[in-house]
Amino acid sequence: MKRGEFRTLNLKALWQGLVGRDGGAGNRIVPPTGFTAHLTLFSAGAMAFLAVFALALALATGRLAERWSSELAQSVTVRVGASEGNQDALTQSVMQILQTTPGVGQPRLLPDDEVAELLTPWFGPDLPIDALPVPDLIEMPIAGPDFDSEGLRLRLEAEAPGAILDDHTEWRRPLVSAAQRLRALGVISLVLIAAASAAMITLAAKAALAANGQVIQVLRLIGARDITIAIAFVRRFTHRAAIGAGAGTVLGMGAMALLPNMDAAGGFLTGLGFHGWGWLIPLLIPVVAAAVGFFATKWAALKMLESVR
Amino acid sequence: MIEMQDVSFGYRAGSELLSGMTLSLQPGMFHFLTGPSGSGKTTLLRLCYADLLPTAGRLSAFGQDVAGLSRDGIAMLRRRVGVVHQDTQFLDHLPVAENVALPLSVSGQPVDMAAMRDLLGWVQLAQHARALPPSLSGGERQRAALARAVILSPDVVLADEPTGNLDWDMSMRLMQLLIELNKTGKAVLVATHDLNLIRAVKAQVSARVLRIAGGTLQLAGADL
Repeated sequence: MKRGEFRTLNLKALWQGLVGRDGGAGNRIVPPTGFTAHLTLFSAGAMAFLAVFALALALATGRLAERWSSELAQSVTVRVGASEGNQDALTQSVMQILQTTPGVGQPRLLPDDEVAELLTPWFGPDLPIDALPVPDLIEMPIAGPDFDSEGLRLRLEAEAPGAILDDHTEWRRPLVSAAQRLRALGVISLVLIAAASAAMITLAAKAALAANGQVIQVLRLIGARDITIAIAFVRRFTHRAAIGAGAGTVLGMGAMALLPNMDAAGGFLTGLGFHGWGWLIPLLIPVVAAAVGFFATKWAALKMLESVR
Repeated sequence: MIEMQDVSFGYRAGSELLSGMTLSLQPGMFHFLTGPSGSGKTTLLRLCYADLLPTAGRLSAFGQDVAGLSRDGIAMLRRRVGVVHQDTQFLDHLPVAENVALPLSVSGQPVDMAAMRDLLGWVQLAQHARALPPSLSGGERQRAALARAVILSPDVVLADEPTGNLDWDMSMRLMQLLIELNKTGKAVLVATHDLNLIRAVKAQVSARVLRIAGGTLQLAGADL
């Protein structure tokens, strides 16, 4: 038998068989199989439950990476050291340089009380800032894409030695990298969950098909086309995968909704979960599960039909 | 309708079970196929409904070369050839009526309940319409198989040892049904090694008796 004929068991006909009204005994020609039915429902439900959390992780870490990256990249800081004894003049010089630098907003020299506030976590609230050689800090927003961090760094080295540009790159990069890797892990988890679901549904479908080898032979002998037989199995397993995944998704979303208040949790947990329209994204999981069931069962059915003339 | 021209078949390469078979099944013809066990009667029937393909020669059904049929083409061929198998196979989880109606269901045709009742009445199974196949006796199963084989009104009816497990009375009842079908213009081919049955049927209908011997098909002698 030509293998190409199986490939032409076209998706359109399968889809119509899947969503169309069942014609008579079409859905009853496959005997009820409790074991594989429960196995498919449970597997799809468990995988969907896990997929909700993997999705939440991927979305949260994505947001985290973006927020860390964007918030820190919105401004730079220039630190003017006090070692030379001419700090005020140097600071004025740096301010003039910054005001003529393209792509930046208005530089702002942090007043003493703000500098003291920044140092409070390390030195306590009674820090005599006037008596200490604390460097001046100039904060400057980045206003446009033409800002050249490296160019400004070289200009400061040449025209205002002792002024150091800090664009937060050194400590921003590992944070953003960590968040991006977490997001990648979340996505990989989703892919693995989908693959494991496909494997389990395929096994269940193959078990059902093998158990119904005689049914398939009888159907072929009385003139059933491959598409008719395939639809009977694909329909059943696609529905089971969708129903199981739907239940798992609802449970997973419920568990996410019951997580502690995000603001109260603070730290890394900030932002974990779904927000606003983001709650709609997990609803795709049952759709994907149904698609996985559809293609996994189609593949298994065609493999089985190859052995029956 | 079904034509074999010099058809050969072997299950293993180089070893032919059947060779040089020439046979024509035309409307209204009644054939018996006889021969000892293992002579190839079932194999010849399986060739007729494209369950096997000839290793040599030409086999055509309804004007089409069977070797060139697609899988869908084979399904369409089988809707025109009703088969009563030796080991009648049913879907045991479906009632008799649904089993009989399966060819309609899988070909997308509606089931006419009145016609179904008539058909089950014809094979005297009306009272078993809701029974599951495992609860039927051997004769009832064979008659249910015959009803399933003819529900699509096929042009050809093949029966493979349909009376193998039946007593004489039940065998004759089944053969009467096949004779009735033949009188409506269907071509009927019955494989059997029961010579008494053949003689009894020949007394009622004009039938040709073919014998497989030594892997070839021969017309049986006047003793039948």
